[in-house]
This record gives sequence, structure tokens and C-alpha cells, in this order.
Amino acid sequence: MPASASSSTGRYSVFAIAKEAMRLHTGWKRAWASPEPKKKYQVVIVGAGGHGLATAYYLGKNYGITDVAVIEKGWLGGGNTGRNTTIIRSNYLQDPSAAIYDKALKLYENLSQDLNYNIMFSPRGLLMLAQTEHEVRGYKRTVYANQLQGVATEWVSPKRIKDMLPIINIDGPRYPVLGGLYQERGGTARHDAVAWGYARACSAMGMHIIQNCEVTGIETANGQVRAVNTGKGRIECDKLALIAAGHSSVLAEMAGFRLPIESLALQALVSEPIKPCCDIVIMANTVHGYLSQSDKGEMVIGGGTDGFNNYTQRGSWHHVEETVRALIETFPMLSRLKMLRQWGGIVDMTGDRSPILSATPVGNIFVNCGWGTGGFKAIPGSGWAMAELVAKGQPGPLAADFGLNRFVEGRFIDESVAAGVAH
Amino acid sequence: MLTLTCPYCGIAAEETELQPGGEAHLKRFGPGSTDEEFEAYLFARKNPKGVHFERWRHAYGCGKWFMAARDTATLQVFGTYSAQTPHPTPEIVAAIRAHRPDWQPDWTEAPADTPAESLNA
Repeated sequence: MPASASSSTGRYSVFAIAKEAMRLHTGWKRAWASPEPKKKYQVVIVGAGGHGLATAYYLGKNYGITDVAVIEKGWLGGGNTGRNTTIIRSNYLQDPSAAIYDKALKLYENLSQDLNYNIMFSPRGLLMLAQTEHEVRGYKRTVYANQLQGVATEWVSPKRIKDMLPIINIDGPRYPVLGGLYQERGGTARHDAVAWGYARACSAMGMHIIQNCEVTGIETANGQVRAVNTGKGRIECDKLALIAAGHSSVLAEMAGFRLPIESLALQALVSEPIKPCCDIVIMANTVHGYLSQSDKGEMVIGGGTDGFNNYTQRGSWHHVEETVRALIETFPMLSRLKMLRQWGGIVDMTGDRSPILSATPVGNIFVNCGWGTGGFKAIPGSGWAMAELVAKGQPGPLAADFGLNRFVEGRFIDESVAAGVAH
Repeated sequence: MLTLTCPYCGIAAEETELQPGGEAHLKRFGPGSTDEEFEAYLFARKNPKGVHFERWRHAYGCGKWFMAARDTATLQVFGTYSAQTPHPTPEIVAAIRAHRPDWQPDWTEAPADTPAESLNA
């Protein structure tokens, strides 16, 4: 165990804050260690974002595997984990999706206690607006499917939407609000804290988190993985998990196989902070925009993906314009806001817009990717299922339907709500 | 904003005028192919971080499909070319080499390159 775990401030609590206040906060330790890599680990995970760190955490917690390194080319949580709009929900149409996203939501509900780290989970309720007749039928169908899956969602009327959210304009004219799919348990969490909390818990279990360590090659022999070559030297491993979102194709090429993935830029933006006016999360898929208000008061707005391959984390301006133009018809008060920041992330889109948790053509290499525009909400469930896959070499019930073989067999998990946006 | 010159009508078209169409030069597999070949044709993509050949349609212009060579890591455009070619043209390869001397094509030229006319037949 690293020293920080056994020190007086190893466990965060009100008593720890009081104790540190007495000594002018000089006793706080770094939340996770930054060791040099060893020569060999049982499991090497490429990518210290939410999914990679969650996989490491559940490998340790559920399977007792702690000889694990999580290597990251940039900084921890600096990719899509720190670039999304932090929406959490599980109102999916297809059973495999509902199962893994609802597992994630259930884990999120207790994650602050589990990790002893406040991830600021805020189940404020999530509303998906139906603004066309097609969406009305689609969301009603999802409500019925969710009832069969044991996921609590309901269909709400325009009047109730107006009551919940006074800033909304339900009359259109172009996109009238015809109703909505409401998930009361949905909400948001602090995205950085999810990565930081998992990292701290992994470090406390003795796992190594190695930042600024880019993978430059993957060594295989007789169809089995041997080692990864990195900026900090060669690291041998028994098992390798590639959990690198938009860069999954680059890693797969190093290992000698291709993925059904294309990397696209997805953008988000935040406004100047204003007084509380929106206490639920809104998704408007017809107009390709989603909206929530952060604890600081900023309106957090997400848009659609670009249509072309892109690794630059910069998207096209006209997508920002389209998103904002559509949203201000439904939320006229937004037209008076100044936007503070805009950014992009590289999302990994699969053919059926559903994720991949799978073994690969190379022995003992596993991939977890393809979460596309909606990976944040899945982090705990994804890590839980991926840990099982890596530990046992076989997928458990949560991951079984998300294998690469579904593309050969034509057994897609075709989410009607997954229109390449707001997934 | 991304600007590509349509090789058919010669207009420097802005991104909003164009429809992206994904990876170019995919070899088509249909009935009679193996499951793996068909899957690779439909779904497996190179998705490179670097030089990428892709299809675009001049949707709000002449309406024609064409090809573009672009760098996905820098958004640099190397050029556009006709869709009636099985591989990127020598001019495009030269344009890429001018900026990326180490870049190597990952295709081999067929001994007698199929003339464009026969593809149109």
C-alpha cells in the first residue's frame, strides 16, 4: 500500500478536513502515486480515462488482480472523460444497452461512497424532448421497453414539461414540444472527479498509473500479446486491454487488426454562469442539442458530430452554429447568453453506434471502445463488464452482446435513440 | 472551415456544401465472399491518424462524388481527385510526398492499371 493510504488523510471525511484545518492543510497527500513503470505487469491497460481506470478498479475489487498498470499518453482523464457534457441515463431501447447502462447508473448512485471520493452525482432527472411525430412514437416505444427491462422511465406531456422547465418554449413553430421521455434517476456527475476517484482508489490498491507514457508499439508472438513499447520503455504483460476511445484504431493497427470504428470530432460549449433556471437535463435529438446547468451556473450545451474522420479535437464551427440556432428556438432565453468556452473530443463511432467490449484476433488483447458520443454515462458499468472480460478471458452477461463478432454475424445492437448524437 | 475543390465543377466548396462519404477505395465484396470479407468491406476501417483518402459528394453543387486526400491529425488537405480511379492518382501521391516525405502508399499498383473508361462501362 502506498504511504498516502495509511496516512491520517488517507480516508476523506469531515474528521480529516477538521484535522487538516488544525494544521493548516499541510498533511494532504497526493491522491495517487506517479511511479516509474515496472518491467512486467499481469495486466496493462492503455488509456487512463474513466473506462480504463474503472476497468482497473473492478479488476482489483471484484477479482483481486492488482498487478495492473494503467498507462496514458497525456494526463489522466484528459481525453473524452474531461470533455463530455456529463449526462448520465439508462433509458435505452435494446435490452443489452439498457442492461449495461443501468448497471452503470446503479453503480454511479453509490460511487462517491464506494470510492470515498465525491463525484457530485446529481440525479436531477433527465428529459428527452419529442419534437416530431416520429420521436413521439419512438420514445413511447422506449418507455414500454424500459418497463419490461425494469428501468423506470415515463412519458410526460407538454404541459408537465412546461411546469418542470419554465424557460422552455413548447409552441414551436418549427419544433413544437409534443411530449418527452423522462427518467427521474438520470442526471449528471462531475466528470473529472470520476476519473480522479477511480485513480485514487486504484493507486491505493497498489496499481500503477503512468501518465505521459505513449504506446509506440505492441509486441506479439504466436498470436499472443507479449509487451507494449512505450515512451518510458518496454513493458511486458500477460494481458493487454486497449481502452483508448478515439485512438483505438491506432492501437489496433499496432497489434495488427482493424476495428469497425471511425474517429470523429464532437463538440460542446458552455455559457457564462447565470442564476439557476434549469434543474433537469434536457436532450433534444431532433435539433441535435442537449442542455444542462452546471453547479456553477453555466449552461452546458452539447452538439452533433462532424461527418469526417478527425483526430484534432477541433470540430467545425457550423456544427456549433446549428446546435445553438436550434436550441434558441426551444429555449429563447439562451439567445441572450454569451458563450465562454467551446471544445471538441474525438469519439469512436461504430457501425451500429453501440460499444465494443471484446476479445480480439490477438490472444489476450481485449478492447473496450466504440462508446461514441455517450461513453461517460457508462463508465462504471463498462469497467465492471470489462474487468470480468479481462479477468476470465470470457465476457460475462453484460459484455456478451457487445463482441466484435456481432459485425460478422449481423447481430447489431441498433439503438433507435443512437442517431450518432446524444447517445 | 474545411474547403475542398470539386474536381468536376472546379468550385472551391465549403464544408456545408459537401456531404462526407467515409473511407475511399474500399474493395467491394458481395455474394460469394466469405463472412470475414463481407464484414471487412462493410465495417472495418483504416481510420488512420494521418493521411486519409475519403469520399465526398458535392451535395449542394454539381452533385457528384469525388475523392479527397486529407490529414486527419492536422486537417491539411492534400488535394481532391476524380472518383473514377482505383487508387489515389500519382499527382495526389506527389502532393502528399511534398509534405510527408516518409509517407508510404499502402497499395500496390496493378501492373496494367485499369483505365478509367472501363470502370465507367
